[in-house]
Amino acid sequence: MSDMVVLGTRKGTIIFVRINARWQPRPIAHVGVPVCYAARDPRDGTLWASLDHGHWGPKLSRSRDDGKTWSDISSLKYPQGARYIVKYLPTPDFNPEAPSAQAEYADATVLKIWNIAFGNADQPNKLYAGTIPGGLFVSDDGGDSWELNRPLWNHDSRGGDLFAGDATTENHWNGTPASIDYGVFEPGIHSIITNPQDSNHLYVAVSTAGVIESTDGGKTWEGRNRGMLMDYLPNPESDWGHDPHFVTNCANQPNHLWQQNHCGVFYSDDSAQNWKKVSMPEVGVHFGFPIVADANDGKTAWVVPASADSERIAINGGLFVARTTDGGQSWQILRNGLPQENAYDIVLRHALDASGDYLCFGSSTGNVYLSEDRGETWQCLGNNLPPVYSVRFG
Amino acid sequence: MPSVEMTQHLYRFFPQLKDRVITVPAGSVAEVLQAINEIAPGFTDYVLDERGVLRRHVNLCINNTVVVDKTKLTDRIPEDGTVYIFQALSGG
Repeated sequence: MSDMVVLGTRKGTIIFVRINARWQPRPIAHVGVPVCYAARDPRDGTLWASLDHGHWGPKLSRSRDDGKTWSDISSLKYPQGARYIVKYLPTPDFNPEAPSAQAEYADATVLKIWNIAFGNADQPNKLYAGTIPGGLFVSDDGGDSWELNRPLWNHDSRGGDLFAGDATTENHWNGTPASIDYGVFEPGIHSIITNPQDSNHLYVAVSTAGVIESTDGGKTWEGRNRGMLMDYLPNPESDWGHDPHFVTNCANQPNHLWQQNHCGVFYSDDSAQNWKKVSMPEVGVHFGFPIVADANDGKTAWVVPASADSERIAINGGLFVARTTDGGQSWQILRNGLPQENAYDIVLRHALDASGDYLCFGSSTGNVYLSEDRGETWQCLGNNLPPVYSVRFG
Repeated sequence: MPSVEMTQHLYRFFPQLKDRVITVPAGSVAEVLQAINEIAPGFTDYVLDERGVLRRHVNLCINNTVVVDKTKLTDRIPEDGTVYIFQALSGG
């Protein structure tokens, strides 16, 4: 279990450390700057924050001295010639399976660095970053330099190789509402799932397209959306167009994957070859953003459900965490220590994490709760924090 | 030589630009920004995107005039001009 939890918030990076059995905050870093994701690299202790500057462009920030000093990195950039097919907010009669009109192209620039992931222990300098507008970046030198993963960028599901010319296939990647802040409606990669047992095995999740897998270190990619259901589309079982909110796996049983989707909670025990809907709306488990799996037991996961989907607040004013230990066949509702009246919290996609028996989540209303007993009871770490975008144990 | 004034927000990232008079050779906006980048390496990454386009929420004026060409940065700064770099209110 980790004794450090790293928060990315609307107003900076906040780290809590457990000292003498009490969780205590350190002074805020990146004060005033929106930090959309922050995490500690377990391999060497480097701290990372993704800065979402309103004016000065997205930047990574890195600390190699446990947060005493930070330095910004501007080297994550789309290469010359990287283009994408422009998308617009769907109209009420939008049909994602209908062929689109004449494609319109735009030059890619990094709008948001949405997610950072770390390679395995046998790849000490490998890092991954997922961005809006939908590029996966890879670093092999500890984050000094970054390269766009072209096989995914040029994937057939996205129009093919637009470096070489115009689209050769239909583009099935649609926009995420999270991109509207940047004046566009384009896709984003918010989940990068590594396999601790196989360094060449990766997944990314794209809003809005679905889950895509590579088994050869990112050289080739294939959609993994069988079994997914979209309530809002003419064909709920379409290959593409899915809206995963977050996808993760079990570290020690990585064939078990979990997905909190716009349309429910989904589970796979066969490396995402097939997904199964395991929502249980009658107990409140259906809509939400974050999901975390236990590191050892692939059938155990936690979610923080919310009222779907036009409201996006705690259900009936009471905040709770739901846990399954049987692959989603049943869910336990965990409320002990969480507010049960007048709670309007929403927990965003990166704002729930687990480390052994510890769980922690933060809400967009600046409340942070931590459990040391797998969610049975909760303590509050703060009620007056900035809106919380990410929570990651160090 | 033209002088450069900028929002103090940028001093946070480039403290070497604080409390000094910044003068650069006359030229286009692109050339002036490059000259600042030589004093403060990495500066252009904060005001331009990777296509060299002025970021959406950054404003740049030459004397009292907002620059016209935000894409190729061809507007010229006269010998006695002042360049102002500041954040657009749209950036919130």
